[in-house]
Amino acid sequence: MSGILVVAELTAQGGLHKLSLETLAAAQAMDAPVSAVVFGQNAGEAAARLARYRLEKVFALDHELLAQYTADGATAALDWLIERVQPELVLFPHTYQARDYAPKLATRRGRVLVSDVIAIQKQAQAIVLRRQLFQGKLAGDYRPAPGMVFASLQAGAWRADALIPGETPIETLTPELAAAEIRQQPEAPFRESSREVDLSAAPLIVAVGRGIKEESNLELARELAGVLGAELAASRPVCDNGWLPMERQVGSSGQTVAPKLYLALGISGAIQHLVGMKGSQCIVAINKDPDAPIFEVADYGIVGDLFEVVPALIAEAAKAKS
Amino acid sequence: MKILVALKQVPARDSLFKVDAAGRWIDTADLSYEINEPDAYALESGLRLKEQHGGEVVALCAGPEGAASAIREALAKGADRAIHIQDDNLLAYDSLSLGRMLAAAARAEAPDLILTGLQSDDIGSGQTGVILAEVLGLPHATIIMDIEVHDGALRVKRELEDGWFQHVALPRPAVLTVQSGSSKLRYATLMGIKKAKTKEIKVVSAPELGVAPEAGAVLERLSLPERTKRTVLLEGTPEQQAAALVEKLKHEVRAL
Ligand SMILES: Cc1cc2nc3c(=O)[nH]c(=O)nc-3n(C[C@H](O)[C@H](O)[C@H](O)COP(=O)(O)OP(=O)(O)OC[C@H]3O[C@@H](n4cnc5c(N)ncnc54)[C@H](O)[C@@H]3O)c2cc1C
Repeated sequence: MSGILVVAELTAQGGLHKLSLETLAAAQAMDAPVSAVVFGQNAGEAAARLARYRLEKVFALDHELLAQYTADGATAALDWLIERVQPELVLFPHTYQARDYAPKLATRRGRVLVSDVIAIQKQAQAIVLRRQLFQGKLAGDYRPAPGMVFASLQAGAWRADALIPGETPIETLTPELAAAEIRQQPEAPFRESSREVDLSAAPLIVAVGRGIKEESNLELARELAGVLGAELAASRPVCDNGWLPMERQVGSSGQTVAPKLYLALGISGAIQHLVGMKGSQCIVAINKDPDAPIFEVADYGIVGDLFEVVPALIAEAAKAKS
Repeated sequence: MKILVALKQVPARDSLFKVDAAGRWIDTADLSYEINEPDAYALESGLRLKEQHGGEVVALCAGPEGAASAIREALAKGADRAIHIQDDNLLAYDSLSLGRMLAAAARAEAPDLILTGLQSDDIGSGQTGVILAEVLGLPHATIIMDIEVHDGALRVKRELEDGWFQHVALPRPAVLTVQSGSSKLRYATLMGIKKAKTKEIKVVSAPELGVAPEAGAVLERLSLPERTKRTVLLEGTPEQQAAALVEKLKHEVRAL
C-alpha cells in the first residue's frame, strides 16, 4: 500500500466538479505520490484536465456501464481500481455524489470512511482527520486504524489555486463490470423552479433562517429588505416550509450568491448553507447563539434576539436613508 | 409492504454544547433530546407509504435506555411496533460496526423497504443508510425527496446539487436515505400517544445480534472549532447594535 488516490468527479456535462480540484490540492499538500481517477464514459477530457497538474498518474475508467452515474457502478469500478493500485489513502470530494457511493465503497473494502473532513494532520506514521460534529458547532479529531484510509473532503476547506501544475500521463482502463450488478436506473436530471429571481445578481441580500420561527414573522425581514433595497433569500427549512419559494434558497441545493452585503437573520450557518454565500463581500449575522457557526464567516456579528434587533435596525436604516 | 425505519435520538437542535472533561464527547447533563430531524422525515415517508399501500411500519432504534422516548414518539405517530437495540456505549462502535448492528436487526425482519434519514444532527457522517445497504447486499439511493412504489419496484426523486433533481428506479427491497423537508411532519395525536403504550417494543442487545464494537476511526478529541475569521461583534442594547451596524453599512460596506 502506498500513495494517495484522489477520486475526481465528472459532472453531467462531462466537466470536472470543482471540488475535485480542491481535493487534489489537499492531496498534493501531503508529501506522498498522488494519482487521480475519473470514471465515466468518455472521461478523456476530464482526465486531460487532471493531467495538467503534477501527479504520478491519471486513471480514466471508461466503460459503457458508467455512462450515467450509479452508486453500484461507481462502487464496482473504483473497487476494481483500488484492488490494483492499493493506495494507502483514498480521498473523495464530499459532494452529493460521493455521499451516495463512497460509504458503500469503503464498506465493501471493510473500511471506515471519515466523511466531510476539514483538515488533515500528519502525526508521525499516522494521520488525524478533523471533521465537524453537531452541525458545525464542534470539531472532532479522528484517528483512522492502520490500513487503507478513506476520507471525503468538505467544500471550501482546501484551495484549488494552490494546485501545482505539471504533466501527468493518462492511463485509460476498462474495469470489469457486469450489467447485473448495477441496480439503479437513473433518469435525466431536471430542475423544478423556473428561477425567476436571479439572486446571484443581487447586490444586497437579507436572508432568513429557522430563527424567524413563524411565517408571519417574515414580514419583519421583508420590511428590512425593503428599507435596504435588498432581495429576500432564505435557508432551506424556510423554503421547505413553503414560506418562501425554493428559488430563494441559498446553499448547496439552491443558489450560490456573492452580494456586496449578505445579512443573515437566525441562520445557524450549516456548511450546506455556507457554501452558497461564503463568497459575499460582507457578511452580517444576527443570531442569539454566540457559538453559531455563521459567526465563523461573518464580518460583523450581533449576538442577540432578532425580534429585538431587526425592528431597531429597520428604524436606524430608515433614518440613515432619509 | 413491510417498511423498516431506522431512527436515532439526538440532542435538541437548539442545545448549547459543552465538551466534557475528558475532551472526548459532549457534556450530556441538562440536554434534552429529539428524534433526529431527517429520521423524522424518513418515518413520515414510511407512514405515508403505509397509508397508500398498506402494510406495517417498524421503527428500529439503536441507543441508550433514554432513547425509548424517541421510540414511543415514533409509535405514537403511527409506527406499528419497534425494535430497540439498547446499548449505553454506542460511541464505541464506528460507522461500519454500527451499520452491521442495524443490518443484523434488519435482516431478521426481512423488510421490503428500509428508510432512514440522510444524516444525523449529532455525528453527521451521513453514511448509515448506505453502509446498511451494502452490508445487506441491497440497492440504495440517497437524498430522497419522494418515493413512488410500483409493483416490485421503486421510483424515487433524488436531490442533486444546485437545485437539480433526478428520478431513479430501483428494485425492492432497497434502502433509501430521506432528506429533511421532503413532506410535512405529522404530530402525534392524543389517541396515538395512548395507543403507543400498547405497542410492542422489542429490546435486544448488540451481543445478542452478534456484533462487536470496532474502531476503524476513533474520535480522539472533541473541541470548539477554531475561528479563522475575526468577526467584529457589535455590542450594546439592540438600539445601539442597530446604530453601530447601520454606521458600518453606510461608511465601510457602502451598502446604504
Ligand atoms: C444534502 C443537504 C443539502 C442541503 N442543502 C441546503 C441548502 O441548499 N441551503 C440551506 O440553507 N441548507 C441546506 N441544508 C440544510 C442545512 O444542513 C441546515 O439544516 C440548514 O441550513 C439550517 O437552516 P437554519 O440555519 O435556518 O436553521 P437552524 O440550523 O435551525 O438555525 C436556526 C438559527 O436561528 C437562531 N435563532 C433562533 N431564534 C433566534 C432569535 N430569536 N434571534 C436570533 N437568532 C435566533 C439559532 O440560534 C440558530 O442558530 C442541506 C442539508 C443537506 C443534508
